[in-house]
Amino acid sequence: MYKVVVPGDFISEAASRAGEGTYVEDGKVYAMRYGIVDERGGIKVVPLSGKYVPAEGDVVIGRIAEISFPFWIVDIASPYEARLHMSEFADTRDEKIEFGSMSRFLDLDELIVAKVTNVDVVMRVDLALKEDFNLRSGGRLIEIPHTKVPRVIGRSGSMVKMLKEKCNCFIFIAKNGRIWVRGREDNMNLATEAILKIASESHTSGLTDRVADFLDSLKREKGRR
Amino acid sequence: MKEGKEEIELIKEGKRLDGRGFDELRPIKIEVGVLKRADGSCYFELGDNKVIAAVYGPREMHPRHAQDAKMAVVKFRYNMAPFSVDDRKRPGPDRRSVEISKVSREALDPVIMREYYPKTAIDVYVEILQSDAGTRTAGINAASIALADAGIPMKDLVSSVAVGKIDGEIVLDLNAIEDNHGEADMPVAMVARTNTITLLQMDGRLEREEFERGLKLAMGACHQIYELQRAALIDRYSESVDVGEGEA
Repeated sequence: MYKVVVPGDFISEAASRAGEGTYVEDGKVYAMRYGIVDERGGIKVVPLSGKYVPAEGDVVIGRIAEISFPFWIVDIASPYEARLHMSEFADTRDEKIEFGSMSRFLDLDELIVAKVTNVDVVMRVDLALKEDFNLRSGGRLIEIPHTKVPRVIGRSGSMVKMLKEKCNCFIFIAKNGRIWVRGREDNMNLATEAILKIASESHTSGLTDRVADFLDSLKREKGRR
Repeated sequence: MKEGKEEIELIKEGKRLDGRGFDELRPIKIEVGVLKRADGSCYFELGDNKVIAAVYGPREMHPRHAQDAKMAVVKFRYNMAPFSVDDRKRPGPDRRSVEISKVSREALDPVIMREYYPKTAIDVYVEILQSDAGTRTAGINAASIALADAGIPMKDLVSSVAVGKIDGEIVLDLNAIEDNHGEADMPVAMVARTNTITLLQMDGRLEREEFERGLKLAMGACHQIYELQRAALIDRYSESVDVGEGEA
């Protein structure tokens, strides 16, 4: 069973095991966030809500929000905006990117998959494009709170594996809570419903089985019609 | 204030006008996550007070020059709806609500771990839908829950209540009649776990001994409120989900 804690709740005496989402006062571990206690490994509080803060190495789905030579300013579903430097594109093209022509390569509102290469002390976030993911070839974007991402992936990928099999879709989950789904229209609808269900019931146990049943019943219903 | 005192008897046969004892709180009702579009929210009822708190953020801070490179900036707005009192309240900020916004923000500030979100803003909006004295304390209670609901890193929750003096007696949690005709009103906010007081104001006069007794009463009540706040947050995620659902 999951144990829900609120900020200030006493969790443990083992100060040396205190991890993320906790703080130590007088040698005791207290919760720092409203969330679920996870005592595997260290003592962590997995938050139930909150904003995404980029960290180096994260792979995110971003939206081009602004073009300001020589950067694209990218919205990454976070309080902090990220920048993608022009040279990210220039190296792979014969054409030189000139001032004013950046929108020809990536236009406003376009979606990209990128890796966070650096986050500095003043929270300037730099991105590197991951061109092996091309979102231009169709699909659908689903946004959920980034805190629910681990549940959509499941323990060692069990949930996402099940989703892919049952929905027959390509599913890519980015760290910032944006999910890309590509497949047939009705399959994408199925995947969308399942993902939103996971997000709203992320705090319950036995979720993978329940979502599998849910998908089966949806499919059956559809077959009957 | 003083003229009305002789005319209205606030204590009859050891009970207050609404039937409460001296150390009794008004009924409290808490609902978490009532606003879909807010990052965190809470609806809080304290007797006839009805307030709603919404938290947005951490989000980008505007104007930029007001950003803090080391930590988040907390903005708090206390606002009374025009229909929240008997005589229509002129809408918009006034001297009183600006002051309440400031002290409420300072009451919550010590528990918010602002250093986790540098350069951002955390917006807290408290709307008073119906008022019956003690709205700032209800607002602080609601805001503290809404902040937790938004996933903001905090050291603790903040709980708040007022004490006052009516007909020469120290009583807990004044309602509007008691506030208007009583001798003193003293809102208190504190961190229940550590007994740290984060807000203490006083309107009227209290003897030193009365002040100490009142403060003790308020602190005890804050512990009661803290338990309710905590329970409201925990209950939100403890409802059991039917396993067989979704069957066609």
